[in-house]
Amino acid sequence: MSLIIAKNLSKTYHSGEIEVHALKSLSFEIKPGSFISFIGPSGSGKTTLLNLIGCLDKPTSGSLKVANVLTSDLTRREAAAFRGENLGFIFQDFNLIPVLTVFENVEYPLLIVQNVPARKRRERVISLLDKVGMKDQMNKFPDQISGGQKQRVAVARALVSNPRLVLADEPTANLDSKTAFMVIDIMKKMRDEFGVTFLFSTHDPKIVGEVETLFTLEDGMLSSRLDGEGGNND
Amino acid sequence: MIKLFKIAIRNLIRYKRRALLTSTMVAIGVLFVLVFIAASGSFKNLMIGEITDSMLGHIQVHKRGYMASIDSLPLTLNLNAKAIKKLEIAIKEIPEIEAYSPRIKFGGMFSNFVESSNIKVNGVYPEKEIASIPLFLSRISKGERVIKKGEILIPELLATGLKIKVRDAVVIIATNRDGSVNGKQFKVGGIIKSVTGPGGRDGYVHIEDAMEILRMDKLEISEVAVRVKDFSKLDSVKTSLNRMLSKNLNKQGKPVFDVRTWEKLSPFYNIARMIDVMTIFIKIMLIAIVLISITNVMIMAVYERIREIGTIAAIGTMPEKILSLFLIEGLSLGVTGVIVGNLLAFIVVFLMNIIEITFNFGRQTGFILAPELKAGDILFVSAVVIIVSVLAALQPAFKASKMEPVEALRHV
Ligand SMILES: Nc1ncnc2c1ncn2[C@@H]1O[C@H](COP(=O)(O)OP(=O)(O)O)[C@@H](O)[C@H]1O
Ligand SMILES: [Mg+2]
Repeated sequence: MSLIIAKNLSKTYHSGEIEVHALKSLSFEIKPGSFISFIGPSGSGKTTLLNLIGCLDKPTSGSLKVANVLTSDLTRREAAAFRGENLGFIFQDFNLIPVLTVFENVEYPLLIVQNVPARKRRERVISLLDKVGMKDQMNKFPDQISGGQKQRVAVARALVSNPRLVLADEPTANLDSKTAFMVIDIMKKMRDEFGVTFLFSTHDPKIVGEVETLFTLEDGMLSSRLDGEGGNND
Repeated sequence: MIKLFKIAIRNLIRYKRRALLTSTMVAIGVLFVLVFIAASGSFKNLMIGEITDSMLGHIQVHKRGYMASIDSLPLTLNLNAKAIKKLEIAIKEIPEIEAYSPRIKFGGMFSNFVESSNIKVNGVYPEKEIASIPLFLSRISKGERVIKKGEILIPELLATGLKIKVRDAVVIIATNRDGSVNGKQFKVGGIIKSVTGPGGRDGYVHIEDAMEILRMDKLEISEVAVRVKDFSKLDSVKTSLNRMLSKNLNKQGKPVFDVRTWEKLSPFYNIARMIDVMTIFIKIMLIAIVLISITNVMIMAVYERIREIGTIAAIGTMPEKILSLFLIEGLSLGVTGVIVGNLLAFIVVFLMNIIEITFNFGRQTGFILAPELKAGDILFVSAVVIIVSVLAALQPAFKASKMEPVEALRHV
């Protein structure tokens, strides 16, 4: 059973008179528990694709099923609920909420989005912060920690609500390569531990060695798919 | 909700100076309005008290038509004995009435045997007059503070104009309703100040002396001044009195009696009204200040946090929660302003009562302003400001909740 099924997925942007075909009829399937990267140069359509899979945007044509839901048909509110329920997000700029501490940032999806009782919330948040190695920093505010630490907190936040799928658009673009590898490593560990599917984009060929399945995007089209070690795709 | 409060408050603290400035604006507005209401209310009450308690009384009853020609003090439009009887019965039936004072009013010549002038004479029962307008005696500036038979209280204007002193002999000459002229000699018992400023020509004599000058066998009354026990129930007393008297019709089928409250008797009612109108304008200004400053700060808050809004929307925060988040920020700004404003208002009003601001009104001097904060005003002003604060945040908050996460996240 595939977690993601994309059929003839296209996205066209209209900016004034000009039409930009950001995605041109993509079809692919992704199995649960995969650790996947979309690689491609800037402008190749990585963000656009992740936005579609992340239910943040709608395809111009084609269909997209995520976790058995035809997400291309969801309303705005349904999409928000779906995201809160099934997806985790990691952003290039970390996007932690500046007025909340590390602990509160990770707690946020359980508190505001899912309404989990306090004790359970605390247990879950602390265990995740422990796993990403940020437990001792949990009372700090985002502006008191480094970029790599912020992204580890973001990984914990993305995982705290037990999502089926975590989407990360260029999560390492703002990190030095050592920190980048560390973050990828943590993401992979989390996949191993929770069986969550990780799907991230990068334009940095250095990181691709870490992934199991690699899609190459070029000019809005999938130009290749490589299944490496541990990948369970056919 | 509490969890959203935490985030909202922290966001306000994050932009401390801006939040402080906005709350201060609101607080100053609240302070200003409350102090204005308290001070103007005190001024109004003193003014109304002065007019009603030293001259008019709260309510006056005349024969219908009297007020229209009051300048000539027509003796032909007096209430006759039968009407007086009915009026007294009605008054006694209404427990909220504290006192009433029948008056005979007539115009006459006033002479000190050297010069003469005209005068408006009020014939009153001293005890009834004092009970109905308790400040009456305080108007007597010279002489004994009583009205005795055979004596007259003359207005200050005539006393200075004709150089008359207390205990001088004067004569009053008047024409009665049958056209016959009669005079009577009085001793000046005292000098009385006018309430509404210089120019008053009202003198006071005992009502029996007035009857003698006018050669009345039976008492006829020009007006009855009525004092109510509780000024705030004035209108209901007037209505009951009116209802009881309206049964009495004249030959044309019109009511005999004309019942009016002080508002319809004194031009100072317009000043009181003007104070009320000013209060309304100041309240509108307060609303504008709150609306503009909070909308402004909330628009800034939303604009600065577009990416943050995109982030929380992306991770599944429902639009109404985002809306609430910003509404709570507006609410908190308003509530802070209201609390601080109320505290400041209490302090300022307290200080105003300590330093005792005095002012003059008419010929009376040395009124002490006694501003008072009323619970009703505080609640009303506070509630309005808080509601307006939330309304002010509504448009920016709505905009935030409607943002598309993709676009918001792309925002730099
Ligand atoms: N909102 C948009 N409006 C118009 N064109 C867009 C928009 N977003 C992306 N594009 C265009 O679509 C193409 C793919 O962009 P994107 O998905 O951001 O690529 P990547 O993330 O790989 O850099 C680019 O040519 C970009 O200019
Ligand atoms: Mg991109």
